[in-house]
Amino acid sequence: MAERGAVVEGVRAYRLIAVMWVRSSMTYRTSFAVTLLGNLMVTGLDFVGILLMFSQVDSLGGWSLYEVAFLYGLSATSFGLSDLALGSLEGLGGRMRDGSFDVLMVRPAPVLAQVGADRFALRRLGRITQGLVVLCWALVSVDVEWTAAKALLVPVMVISGAAIFCAVFVAGAAFQILAQDAAEVQNAFTYGGTTLLQYPPTVFGKDLVRGVTFMLPLAFVNWVPAAHVLGRPYPVGLPGWAAFASPAVALVCCASAGLAWRAGLRSYRSTGS
Amino acid sequence: MAVSDDEAFIDVDKVEKVFDVRRRAGFLRRELRRVRAVDSLSFRVARGEMVGYIGPNGAGKSTTIKMLTGILTPSGGRLRVAGIDPSRERTRLAHRIGVVFGQRTTLWWDLPLIDSYRLMHRMYRIPDARYRENLDRLVHLLDLGALLDVPVRQLSLGQRMRGDVVAALLHDPEVLYLDEPTIGLDVISKARVREFLREVNAERGTTVLLTTHDLQDIERLCSRVMVIDRGRLMYDGPLAGLHEVGESERTLVVDLERELPPIEAEPARVVRVEGPRQWLAFPAGESAAALVARIAARYPLVDLSVREPDIESVIARMLHAPGDAAGLPQDRSEGVGS
Amino acid sequence: MGSGRLYAAVAAGGFRRYATYRLATAAGVFTNTVFGVILVYTYLALWDEKPHLGGYDQAQAVTYVWLGQCLYATLAIQGGGAERDLMERIGTGEIAVDLYRPADLQLWWLAADLGRALFQLVGRGVVPFLFGALFFPMAVPAGTAPWAAFAVTLLLAAVVSFAIRYLAALSVFWLMDGRGVNQVLMITGIFFSGMVLPLNAFPGTFGEIVRVLPWAAQVQMPADVLMGETGALRAFAFQAGWAAVLLLAGRLLQAAATRRVVVQGG
Repeated sequence: MAERGAVVEGVRAYRLIAVMWVRSSMTYRTSFAVTLLGNLMVTGLDFVGILLMFSQVDSLGGWSLYEVAFLYGLSATSFGLSDLALGSLEGLGGRMRDGSFDVLMVRPAPVLAQVGADRFALRRLGRITQGLVVLCWALVSVDVEWTAAKALLVPVMVISGAAIFCAVFVAGAAFQILAQDAAEVQNAFTYGGTTLLQYPPTVFGKDLVRGVTFMLPLAFVNWVPAAHVLGRPYPVGLPGWAAFASPAVALVCCASAGLAWRAGLRSYRSTGS
Repeated sequence: MAVSDDEAFIDVDKVEKVFDVRRRAGFLRRELRRVRAVDSLSFRVARGEMVGYIGPNGAGKSTTIKMLTGILTPSGGRLRVAGIDPSRERTRLAHRIGVVFGQRTTLWWDLPLIDSYRLMHRMYRIPDARYRENLDRLVHLLDLGALLDVPVRQLSLGQRMRGDVVAALLHDPEVLYLDEPTIGLDVISKARVREFLREVNAERGTTVLLTTHDLQDIERLCSRVMVIDRGRLMYDGPLAGLHEVGESERTLVVDLERELPPIEAEPARVVRVEGPRQWLAFPAGESAAALVARIAARYPLVDLSVREPDIESVIARMLHAPGDAAGLPQDRSEGVGS
Repeated sequence: MGSGRLYAAVAAGGFRRYATYRLATAAGVFTNTVFGVILVYTYLALWDEKPHLGGYDQAQAVTYVWLGQCLYATLAIQGGGAERDLMERIGTGEIAVDLYRPADLQLWWLAADLGRALFQLVGRGVVPFLFGALFFPMAVPAGTAPWAAFAVTLLLAAVVSFAIRYLAALSVFWLMDGRGVNQVLMITGIFFSGMVLPLNAFPGTFGEIVRVLPWAAQVQMPADVLMGETGALRAFAFQAGWAAVLLLAGRLLQAAATRRVVVQGG
């Protein structure tokens, strides 16, 4: 009950603060337009890289261009959504170093929501847009016998994936409380994670695939359910229902990340650093 | 005997804060050191009191404030603000306290001042009528009416500070913590902020705890002052008493008509002579008016000014006052976390 | 001689500034290693599909990946070197002070950036490269001659990289805001330096174009020199040529910018 109250309060505070940041950014319209365009291009280059690869080969790890584009679109859209929602957590270390983190602590709202909404930036829509474009292109091009379940799996993947990446952002923020200068470690899991998922699992070593399936379950963002949609065997043995497990996995991830955040905050409050 | 809630509105009982500090002690070696930032600190502040909380940098002032606001959890002891344990019920407490961080604005840089207040309105869920009434009153008192539609980045430091003070009071907090509220302000802004704080304290009965480096803040505002050093409360009482304990001195600067030998005016003594200008030191407890009258009667006086002792020297004198030295805590590490 | 010592001191300052952030450096090493692993697998799959793509065998492709991770921070491929400080100084107007310093503005910043690059190479670049060499088959040459040539080509790469970013930074004199420029630097840096795909694997005419752009001097040239895919002298000439052209352009732009500052009364 208290948990639910905190979530509702958090969402409310998040919305209030995010609106303030959007209005702030609108005072510099040109800069906003430029950064939005830049965001679109930076993320677009990822896909250009894949297109370049496929200009040389017909398949990668046994997957066709459309299949890889499907993975890419899912990964980029999910990650883009989580980046829009909580990408600002990357700046937590800076907030703690300059002391402005304490200002958030004396407000009557959950700190995570306040830090998450910090510097909320609509320019991050660039990545989502680009991911969606590729995803749509892949959906109409890929050779799949669509069923209702498979069709339903697509939005489920995007949303669960976004939630899993959100959990990664929160866990990273908790880590930053302990090691403020180590913000870049977070990039390995966020940007590194989305890059990893843009390529077929067959490309990677078995141990790596096992690791991101069972330990840090990024595979449930797209690899596992997408393999089902495309009718491909998943490289490490999983039961059939695993393709539909993404929402449950996302829930577990978010709960664990929430606990990590709490532990991090407790440590901050007892050590002051 | 239980103390009434109003008597002990802020109740600090043997509170401790211990930090583990890792320090570099070589290329890769780290030394773990335990630092007591706050050591068995006890005090009570009654509802409606206005208290100055001073001490050298790193004495434990901000650590105390952070514990009182629920940012930090004490390592030991008991702490209550308005009956609430700050670290356990941070958000509940947040509705009842206001905090002004002197060197850090909480206002939205690129947006008009009023937008920051609207955010406070909603974040603190201030009832509409109350919000409008408070806003009108505060804005009027601090003369911010013409600035409400100006983006915060275009405000002067003094205007911004006043804006921050308003933001901290919109939700009618019962306690107001001010961290260096007049730092960097010009004389007029300082005076205005002080006058305002006195009014808020008098009219609303707001309890005020302020840290400052400006002794005049304390002099004009606080009937009571607490001095903390190395995590321990060294003095708690009226400002005048602090001067007595520390035997602090004020300085009277007199401009005479011409160069003269050092003035004789007990209990003041001349500490410096530069042409027709002389500097006289006298005990801070002594009346300046009486001294000036005595000098004016005997010497050709052109102009004069009184300089207050600065807070550091008062504290330094106090901490090193003979007889008190035995009470100083021994054997503690330096550079206590702030 | 005296001025040589000055620039050496500036470079040492640049080195030390970055050396203070040990934890951040360790974090960077970790991140570069993770990205290296991801890229290695995708390249292995790519080269598996098409052996000898761009003239590389698999071991060479792997080496290219780890060299890229090694040089990513060293050459500030996505920006974030001395040009950020320079942009900030231009933005705040502090640059006017620099103009009166008895030192050459461009050389000053070049020295600072080379100091930074050296630290990033030692502190951040070497470990991922060694990690790669330890766990993946790589085509690393034996003998000192290729490594000596590699050292030279690396220095030239650092100069070209600086020259590009210096030009970008000076644009702030006119644009007043560095955000857009930084994004352009990032996009062009990542793509045209061959961080996405080695430039020699780019197809057709497009490939021929990107291989003669200045960014080719950054990762592609050092990689090819190290692995003996190109003559060292040819690589040196290519890099030095671009370095000269870009530094000269930087000087011209700097002169125009200086006039602008002087006219505005600094």
